[in-house]
Amino acid sequence: MTTTTDLETRNPAPRQDNRDPALFGQTPSQTVGPYFHYGLPWKGGADLVGRSEMGARPDLMPPEHYLLGASNQSGTPQGEVIFVAGCVYDGNGAPIPDAMIEIWQANAAGRYASADDGRDDVAIDPHFTGFGRASTDADGVYRFRTIRPGRVPGPGNTLQAPHLAVSVFGRGLLKRLPTRLYFADGEGNETDPILNLVPPERRDTLIAQRKPDGTWWLDIVLQGENETVFFDL
Amino acid sequence: MNLILPYSREDAGSPPSLAPDYRSTVLRSPRQPALIVPQTLTETTGPSDTWQRLMGAAMADLTAQHKAEPQGQRIVVTGRVLDEQGRPVPNTVVEIWQANAAGRYIHAKDDWPAPLDPNFTGAGRVFTDEEGRYRYVTIRPGAYPWGNHKNAWRPAHIHLSLLGPAFATRLITQMYFPDDPLIEIDPIANAVPMPYRQRMVARFDIGTTVPNWALGYNFDIVLRGRDQTPFEDDHDDDH
Ligand SMILES: [Fe+3]
Repeated sequence: MTTTTDLETRNPAPRQDNRDPALFGQTPSQTVGPYFHYGLPWKGGADLVGRSEMGARPDLMPPEHYLLGASNQSGTPQGEVIFVAGCVYDGNGAPIPDAMIEIWQANAAGRYASADDGRDDVAIDPHFTGFGRASTDADGVYRFRTIRPGRVPGPGNTLQAPHLAVSVFGRGLLKRLPTRLYFADGEGNETDPILNLVPPERRDTLIAQRKPDGTWWLDIVLQGENETVFFDL
Repeated sequence: MNLILPYSREDAGSPPSLAPDYRSTVLRSPRQPALIVPQTLTETTGPSDTWQRLMGAAMADLTAQHKAEPQGQRIVVTGRVLDEQGRPVPNTVVEIWQANAAGRYIHAKDDWPAPLDPNFTGAGRVFTDEEGRYRYVTIRPGAYPWGNHKNAWRPAHIHLSLLGPAFATRLITQMYFPDDPLIEIDPIANAVPMPYRQRMVARFDIGTTVPNWALGYNFDIVLRGRDQTPFEDDHDDDH
């Protein structure tokens, strides 16, 4: 009769799964689902300027379960403070109250707070990260307080018009939808290398308009008439 | 000089936006094809240097956030975050959220009649070390019904969110457990074609278990890598 000598280290036979070398490659995307509100958006996540609680939905979880960090804003960033907002709509024109929007942008001088932006002639603002996260509210509206970004270089010798990189997540979205937000009065919109790749009749879906109260407003339409232009990066 | 090393685009394992069996995609997926755009400084940079300032410290033990331990099977999940070339992605954040052992979320909109656990929230956050390794402790989540169709059950899963090094590498995914028969009939997992679906299935590993304490699973997360051939994004008109 034989016995196994290494009982405590025996593993089940390898199978076709995450660790199979033959399958190595990008981990596939899956939906954020409807229940991300206690795991992702933090209080202040949508406020890139000050210490408000913008961005979270504490109404969707018991307070003792709110474990995420609050805004850790270290000081006031330089530049023009702006509010950016809009409503996220589905293919029936219904607002989506369980979407999540993220933004990524340069500071007022046109510099990203990232080592991968290797330019040393434009300074990083120590009080500005350029990243924000907002849940849509019960009416489907996202809202950020941020700094109007400066211009950053594009392909070749071009300069890009001021813009925010935007990611849209939600129940029913198997993968994030990347897009951009430009400003109606943005310097260089006419020559922006990305905006110019968008068919002229659809460019308005990326251009925020200024409301009477000063808010820059851009609706995000996931499907149908006036569908937002989303990118394959 | 402005050197741009673009990240690769999505590979064959990427799900489509529209997967009609997953009913919520029908009204929420774009009808226009995504516009192919080049990556600029905007897409090749990201909050990888600042996420800690934004989000705060690690919450690597989801079983130690309340007065007592949560109900359920204790598990350790560990693995690496890598790029497509197999290189580690160090100092990157992995955000975690999940249902409790009975398959219930603490979320106000989750109201199916499974018990809540006062000792379990289900939110965590870890970051990778220099070798791209991460590790967290939690309880195994339960399956739950989700109303996509009659008697639809999500397989047990842990939601994972990664920023990676750049805007282009952003990823939200779900980790599934081996030998769960629900994976095969789940419209969300099934939106990813085989065999790539299996990339989302963790591996049980006896070496990761903690004797007399917790079961162990391995799960590597692979983000888009930078293309091999950089191009110098700086040309003078007279060259
Ligand atoms: Fe879930």
